[in-house]
Amino acid sequence: MRRSGVAGAIAVSAALLLAACGGSTSSDAGSAAAGSTLDPKADLTKQTLTVSNWAGYYPEDLPAKFQTAVGAPLTIANHATNEEIMGKLTAGGDSGIDVAFVSGQYAQALNDAGLLEPIDPALIPNLKNLYPEATQMPFDKGNKFSVPYTWGTTGICYRSDLVPTEPTSWNDILKPAAENKGKITMLSTERWLLLPALKSLGYSINTTNADELAAAKELTLAQKPDLLAYDDTTFYTRLVSGEATMVEAWDGWCNYGIAEDPNIKFVVPKEGSDLWSDTMVVLKSSKNKEAGMAFINYILDPANHAWVAENILYKVPNQAAMETEAVAGMSAAYPNMGMTPAELLKEEAIVDLGEQSSAYTKIATEVTSG
Amino acid sequence: MTSPAGTTSRGRGAHKRRALGSRALFLGPGLFYVTAFMAIPIALIVSYAFLTRGRFGGVRLPLTLESFTRALDPVYLQVLGNSLLIATTTTVLALLIGYPVAYAIARMPSRWRTIALVLVVLPFWSNFLIRTYAWIVLLNSEGPLNKALLATGLRDEPIGLLYNRGAVIVGLLYAYLPLMILPLYASLERMDWSLLEAATNLGASRIRAFFDVTFPLSLPGAMIGAIFVFVPSLGNFIVPELLGGGKTVMVGNLIRDQFLKARDWPFGAVLALTMVTFLILLFALQAAVSRRINGPRAHA
Repeated sequence: MRRSGVAGAIAVSAALLLAACGGSTSSDAGSAAAGSTLDPKADLTKQTLTVSNWAGYYPEDLPAKFQTAVGAPLTIANHATNEEIMGKLTAGGDSGIDVAFVSGQYAQALNDAGLLEPIDPALIPNLKNLYPEATQMPFDKGNKFSVPYTWGTTGICYRSDLVPTEPTSWNDILKPAAENKGKITMLSTERWLLLPALKSLGYSINTTNADELAAAKELTLAQKPDLLAYDDTTFYTRLVSGEATMVEAWDGWCNYGIAEDPNIKFVVPKEGSDLWSDTMVVLKSSKNKEAGMAFINYILDPANHAWVAENILYKVPNQAAMETEAVAGMSAAYPNMGMTPAELLKEEAIVDLGEQSSAYTKIATEVTSG
Repeated sequence: MTSPAGTTSRGRGAHKRRALGSRALFLGPGLFYVTAFMAIPIALIVSYAFLTRGRFGGVRLPLTLESFTRALDPVYLQVLGNSLLIATTTTVLALLIGYPVAYAIARMPSRWRTIALVLVVLPFWSNFLIRTYAWIVLLNSEGPLNKALLATGLRDEPIGLLYNRGAVIVGLLYAYLPLMILPLYASLERMDWSLLEAATNLGASRIRAFFDVTFPLSLPGAMIGAIFVFVPSLGNFIVPELLGGGKTVMVGNLIRDQFLKARDWPFGAVLALTMVTFLILLFALQAAVSRRINGPRAHA
C-alpha cells in the first residue's frame, strides 16, 4: 500500500489503462428478454462455477458446502465495490465470472447492456421463499434478471447517550445543532452523498433535474464545515469511540455499531430514504448457467440465507429465512432487523440513471474537492 | 598489402563496434524496462485524455477536449493549489527539522552514526498504512493526547487535532522526513571539514562559516531531499484520506477517485498528465539550479 506519489498514481492509471486496452469495444449481445435455452437436466458436476462477491459477504465454507450439495466446484472471487466488478463485467469478452453480486441499479445497467441471462424460475424453485414485495423492486419487477440477496435502507445511526435530542430528520445532520457540529460523518459514495439533501428538499433520489441537483449540491456543500469526515467504511467505529455522535449509515452497518454499544440507535428520517438491494445475477457469457441458477437456488434455501442475516446483520428478502427462530429473535437487539418488507417498499428504490448518473459522480467529486 | 595505418583504423573500428555492442547489452534491459513500463503507459494516458468516458470506466470515441476544460474549473485548480501548498509546507518543515538532525549525525563518532542512521530508517520497517492509522489513534478526540489534555484541566473540550490540513501535513512529514535526512547526511558526511577550520582561521565566525561554507556545500543534498519529500507528498492520497477525513482532498485523491470511484478515466488522465508535466518542470528547475552550483567547480 506504500505508494510513492506520482509513480504510484501513474502505476495505478497505467494498470487500468492496460486493462482497458482489450475491452473498450462494447458487446452487441441481444437483450436478456431473448428466450433462454437452459437444460434442466444438465449434469452440474461437469460445470465449474466462478462467483464474484463482496469480501466477507458470504460464509467461508460456502464453496465446500455448495459442492457437496450441488456437485459443481465453486470458486469465489472478491470485489470491493460495485464499480470494480462493473469494470470487469463490462470490459467486453468473457470475464470468466458466472454469477456476480451487484447492487440492484447496477444489475439494471448490466441488463440494459445485454449482459445478463434471464432468471429461469424452473431451475430456482426456492424463489417461492422470497417475500412477494421482493419481486416488486422498481429496478427489476418480477425478478427477470436478478434475484435479491439482501435489502435495506439508509438512515441516521447515532449515539442516543451523546446527542441532546434524538434525530428524526435529515436536517438534523445537514444543519446540525451546535452540540453535534464536528461530530457527524456522511457517506461519500455518489448516490448516498446527495441522498440526505435530496430527501430533505423533497426531491427524488433518482432525479436528473439539474436545478434540483444544484440545490442538493449547495446544501451538501454548506454542511461540509460541520462534518468530522466523509466515511464509507469506518463510521460505526467512530460512533463506538464517541468521536462521532451521528452518522449517515446503511442499516446493516449501523448494526455493527449496535453490536458493540447498545446506546447506538438507527432511525429512518421522516423525509424518507432509499430502498437498496444487493442482487445475484447470472452472466450471459457464462458457460455454466445451469450451475449459476443452482447457486442462486442454493442461497435461497432458508438455512443458507438465514446465515446472512445472522452474521452480516443485513435483512434478507427471504421470508422463510427471516422467520427462522434465530433471525426472528434478532430484532430485540437490532430493531432495524424487524423492519417489514412493506415498510422497506415505502422507501424510494435507487434505480440506474444511465448516462445521467455521471451528473452524480461529478457532483460528488466537486463536493468532496470543494 | 596492409599499411599499419589501415590496421589501426580497422582495429579501432572493430573496437568501436564491440564497445557499441556491449553498451547495447548493458543498456538493453534498462531501456526495455523503461520503454515498456514508463513510455507506453504515459502514451496511453495521453491518448485517453482526449477521449470520452465510458459508462463503467474505460474510454470511447469521439475525441474531445472536455476533460481539459473541466480541469480548469476553479474547484480543481483549488485542489491543485491546496496540494502544492501542503507539499511545499511539508518540504520546508522537513528541511528545518531534518537539517539539524543530519548535521548532528554527520558530526557523531562513527560507531554512533550507524545506530543513528538505523533509527532514522526504523519506521520503514513497518507498513505505511499501519503507521498512518497509528496517528488516528493518537490524535482523535478520544485519543491519548486529548485525554491527557483534558486531564490536566487546561481544556474542558477535546481539540480537533485530526481531519484537517494540519493533520495531513503532520502525517506526510512523519512519513517522508527520513528521505530528507538521508541525502542531507550523505552530503554533510562527505564534506571536507578542514574547510571550516580554514574559514575560522581566516576570521569567520562560526555562524558565518556555516552559511558561507557548510550550507552551500550541503545544498545538493538538500535539493535531493526536497525532491524526495515534495514529490511523494504531492501525489499522496492515503494520508489525506485517513488523516484529512476525506475533507482535505489532494490531487492524488482526485486522480485515484476518477479511476476507482467516478470511473471517469479521461478526466483522471488529464489530472495525471498535469502532475507529470508539473514534475518534469520541477526536475528541469532542479537540474538548472544544480548546474549553477556545480558549474564553476566543473570548469576549474
